[in-house]
Amino acid sequence: MKPLRANLSRVPWVLVVCLAIAWVPWLGSRYATFLATDIVITALFACSLNLLLGSAGLVSFGHAAYFAAGAYACAILTKSHGLPFYAGLVAAPLLTAVLAAVFGFFCVRLTRIYFAMLTLAFAQIVWAICLKWNDVTGGEQGLPSVPQPDLAWMASLPLLAGLRPAEHFYLMALLIVGLCFGLLRMIGRSPFGRMLEVIRENRERAEFIGLDVRRYELAAFVLAGTFAGVAGALFGTFNRGVFPDFAYWSKSAEVLIMVILGGMGHFWGPAVGAATLLWLHQQITSYTQFWPFVLGTILIVLLFAFPGGMVGALDALRRRILGRPRA
Amino acid sequence: MGEPSFLFGQFVSGLTTAMFLFLIASGLSLIFGVLRVLNFAHGSFYMLGAYTAWQLVQWLGPRTERFWLAALGAALVVAVLGALVERLLLRHLYRREELYQLLFTYGVVLVLGDLARFVWGTQQLSTPRPPSLDGALSLFGVQIPYYSLFIMALGPLIAVAFWWLLQRSGAGRMIRAAALDREMLMALGADTGWIYTGMFALGSFFAGLGGALVTPVRAVVPGMDVEIIVEAFVVVVIGGLGSLWGTFLGALLFGQVLAFGILVFPRFSIFAAFALMAAVLIVRPWGLFGKPLK
Repeated sequence: MKPLRANLSRVPWVLVVCLAIAWVPWLGSRYATFLATDIVITALFACSLNLLLGSAGLVSFGHAAYFAAGAYACAILTKSHGLPFYAGLVAAPLLTAVLAAVFGFFCVRLTRIYFAMLTLAFAQIVWAICLKWNDVTGGEQGLPSVPQPDLAWMASLPLLAGLRPAEHFYLMALLIVGLCFGLLRMIGRSPFGRMLEVIRENRERAEFIGLDVRRYELAAFVLAGTFAGVAGALFGTFNRGVFPDFAYWSKSAEVLIMVILGGMGHFWGPAVGAATLLWLHQQITSYTQFWPFVLGTILIVLLFAFPGGMVGALDALRRRILGRPRA
Repeated sequence: MGEPSFLFGQFVSGLTTAMFLFLIASGLSLIFGVLRVLNFAHGSFYMLGAYTAWQLVQWLGPRTERFWLAALGAALVVAVLGALVERLLLRHLYRREELYQLLFTYGVVLVLGDLARFVWGTQQLSTPRPPSLDGALSLFGVQIPYYSLFIMALGPLIAVAFWWLLQRSGAGRMIRAAALDREMLMALGADTGWIYTGMFALGSFFAGLGGALVTPVRAVVPGMDVEIIVEAFVVVVIGGLGSLWGTFLGALLFGQVLAFGILVFPRFSIFAAFALMAAVLIVRPWGLFGKPLK
């Protein structure tokens, strides 16, 4: 048993998976690239939520608000005001950070179920604004034909010359998402991230040792909103359109399901959950239009059978096969 | 702003909306008050009540007084379904965190929504009003359908009935005890499991009844589940989770904000309702009449 375990843990898994993901455009399938772009961006969205849910133990039922705000901000700047995509990509998360700071200021004063409800209420306000402010957000029709950035410069790089624009966009999105994942990983492992875990595990004790719990929670809320804004800006551009549905509560629930499916106790859990759910969605909708039924059933089975999610279940399996855990 | 008769018309329409909402929100509030579960599936029970009532009316014959039988039957069907969901599934999640209960009820929303779409399709359905309430009363130059008057009377009636059940009856004493201290009640030998099931079934009954009674007024369509749950949610949060009179007041406020919000901000009346909810949550997180959680 020992050599197997030693060899398995020596493989730099993250690097291997990253290379495999970056390889997708060379498969030559437009569909694979499309799905991969969707997955990569959504994975960032889910991972940003896990900063609240997994690290700080805060159940936000309105995370889609920041995703939508980022998407709308970027789309409005690039489409209605003709700014370059990169300006939108920088401005959108700044705006969602401000939005998350304002909403979060009120939310972190509440706990547990009331926290979840207030986040939901704020998200519905964002949704109502997106739906009704026709002059700016396009109302029910949303904003279609959002311009995509000109990535022709990528063609002049070696290796990338033969790729299509959608594949260039994928690589750019992958680069940005990769950077964000690196930052989120650093945040999770920093003293700040550890403090969030302390608060999650024992709030009273954290207060006792002199932590300003609300300030930590607010900081986590703002960071989560900021990264959701990045994901939104990327998604709106990838989707070539932004719609009020982005902020609706079912979207917030969907991303929560992704996090639970993957496993909120693990850094890569939300990404695994996002990839699984989007892939399943593509597969199942080609057979039947009753995707919500399937999703609901998956969710209910998951809650009863695998509360730790996929990564949690895999972890338990690995421990059983490879013997005692390290920690 | 408009003539007095127009304003009165808005007021009446707000009142009707409010009483419909109270019918549904009271069950939601009751379930939260005892079980401490925020039931997203409540809207789905409302929708199932509407579809079942439509189906029963088709079988029993439309435009007859058998509408009332259909409405009662639909509410009973939904109550049984609610009892089954609580007994077979939900109760195993009470020990878990709120997140799991919330997501479970959300899963039920998805499953029931699609089942209804599978059985009844996506076209709009509606039932005619029962003949006894066909017609309208003319009051201050406003035509108020008898059916709306009936709903406006039913709301307070149900509120009083609930109040009597909870505060004045023997069963109500048990229910209040279960809400306060479940373990103590269990130690005293009461079967709290059945109290929980009963409350869930009762809440579901009123969701189903609300759905059945709404069929002559609004179209029965997929998506009505999600629409109503968000509104009921706002009402319950404004009034205070678990508080009956709070829910009543919340429904009245919501109905009027919606009816008059349209006059002040033509496009932002939904916005006004959510803003009201957020404002209440910020100032009094436990709602106007609720109590803070331990």
